[in-house]
Amino acid sequence: MIRFEYVTKIYMRGARPALEDVDVTLERGDFAFLVGASGSGKSTFLKLVLREERPTSGHIHVAGRDLGRLASWRVPTLRREIGAVFQDFRLLPNKTVYENVAFALQVIGKGKRQIENTVPETLDLVGLGGKEKRMPHELSGGEQQRVAIARAFVNHPPILLCDEPTGNLDPATSVGIMRLLDRINRTGTTVLMATHDENIVDQMRKRVIELRDGRVVRDQVQGVYGLETV
Amino acid sequence: MRLTFIASEVWQGLRRNISMALAVVIVTFVSLGFLGSAALLQMQVANLKSNWLSKVEVSVFLCPEASNRANCASGPVTTAQQDAIQQVLTTGAVGDLVKQPIYYESKEEAYDYLVAHDKDGYFSQSLTADDMQPVLRVKLKDPEQFQVVADATQNLEGVDVVVDQRDIFKTLFLVLNRATLIAAVLAAVMLLAAVMLITTTIRLSALSRRRETTIMRMVGSSKTMIQLPFMLEGAIAATLGAVLSIVGLWLTVHYLVEDWLASQFKTVDYISASDVLSVAPLMVLIAVGLSAIASLVTLGKYTSA
Ligand SMILES: Nc1ncnc2c1ncn2[C@@H]1O[C@H](COP(=O)(O)OP(=O)(O)OP(=O)(O)O)[C@@H](O)[C@H]1O
Ligand SMILES: [Mg+2]
Repeated sequence: MIRFEYVTKIYMRGARPALEDVDVTLERGDFAFLVGASGSGKSTFLKLVLREERPTSGHIHVAGRDLGRLASWRVPTLRREIGAVFQDFRLLPNKTVYENVAFALQVIGKGKRQIENTVPETLDLVGLGGKEKRMPHELSGGEQQRVAIARAFVNHPPILLCDEPTGNLDPATSVGIMRLLDRINRTGTTVLMATHDENIVDQMRKRVIELRDGRVVRDQVQGVYGLETV
Repeated sequence: MRLTFIASEVWQGLRRNISMALAVVIVTFVSLGFLGSAALLQMQVANLKSNWLSKVEVSVFLCPEASNRANCASGPVTTAQQDAIQQVLTTGAVGDLVKQPIYYESKEEAYDYLVAHDKDGYFSQSLTADDMQPVLRVKLKDPEQFQVVADATQNLEGVDVVVDQRDIFKTLFLVLNRATLIAAVLAAVMLLAAVMLITTTIRLSALSRRRETTIMRMVGSSKTMIQLPFMLEGAIAATLGAVLSIVGLWLTVHYLVEDWLASQFKTVDYISASDVLSVAPLMVLIAVGLSAIASLVTLGKYTSA
């Protein structure tokens, strides 16, 4: 589903690589954590998957596409296969919960009927049934992140990328979000989550890919956050 | 769904940036007003030209009884000389340029004309018919060919001087052409201002909706879908400005030119309100073009991946 072949990313000529010789494969339906200190290259990894950035060298394949050969006008079709969730939620403050989720379908030209069917269904899935008419500021942080997840997942993409989705949430709320991501993963969606949160990684016992200074230093099935330091 | 969605985005964008949108409307209104005025002024000049030039005649003044000019040193024009001059004006290449017949005004006729128009009797008392010059009044098929006729007759025996009334109009046309030029230059400056303002508006609009466009890019919205609302906003504001300036010009021409000017000075043909309508499509086209240029130079930077 996602394959990095010896990928190196150097943002500015002469700078230290943000990613170096990264060689990682995620199969369909995988759930993996991307961990590492701040600046280790986690967000860069996700941006490369979304083709927000392009690698300096190496090849990237996502959802059957060779991103190096993907014409820029085809990038939107790639992004329709990927849901993305961020630490800062990125909701539209002047739209209701329902409208925020519907927006993602409207802007890719989906029909009215499909929107009316899938939006409530997705809001139920993330546990926000009954809160459709709330505005984002009337929701807790956890609820706002659920809206963001609903928006990312409403088009049922095969891949879900999460960049520190629990970064702004307390531990209890974070657990709820993790349960939700796990449920989404069980529908067959590949989930890749960048995080700092040791507790979550340790609890979930999923695959852990650890980056240090842009290099993969660990790729462990059912790992914990910081194996070496234990 | 797509259309209603885009329409609602456009509407929200216009409402959110209402003052900028109004600024775009006003600037396009003023700049296209100048442009339209320049075009109409030029049309009026063309009208005047065809109006007056067709009335223009070349007057070949023949030698009078007493003249101290070099051309007439040999005395008043003789019948033979006059026949030779007529001959030149009616035959050959020059004859082809001249509307036949040529009108001959004798010195007696010239005197009668003077008496009839000199109510105080000042001139008619002190002058006699012999003081007047016989003259050949020549109308041209193409008034611009004055020089050819003048050259052919100027140096003939018995000709005093060749006068073209067109000289009188030259100054007037010069003034009108300058006015057109000034209006055109002002229009160009204003159009530049319009492009820059529309560019700024679209940029601000794009920046103020960065959140939306970021999300749109993330969920795989096409470039067209992302940029169209901004383009439409610019185009709508600019078109509104164009429509306002068309209405303004129409009212000006209708009330100022057709109703007032035409009743004050009846001798010439004036541009009409329908002339405004004939330049209207061009003005709208220019407005849309301006906003399209502004969109192109702006949007790539602010909404692309
Ligand atoms: N747009 C950019 N231009 C230049 N350098 C960048 C850019 N984005 C990231 N970097 C650099 O690349 C390196 C990796 O950054 P990245 O954002 O991927 O780290 P991260 O692991 O996500 O960190 P954090 O945990 O703080 O989010 C850093 O040294 C950063 O300064
Ligand atoms: Mg990051």
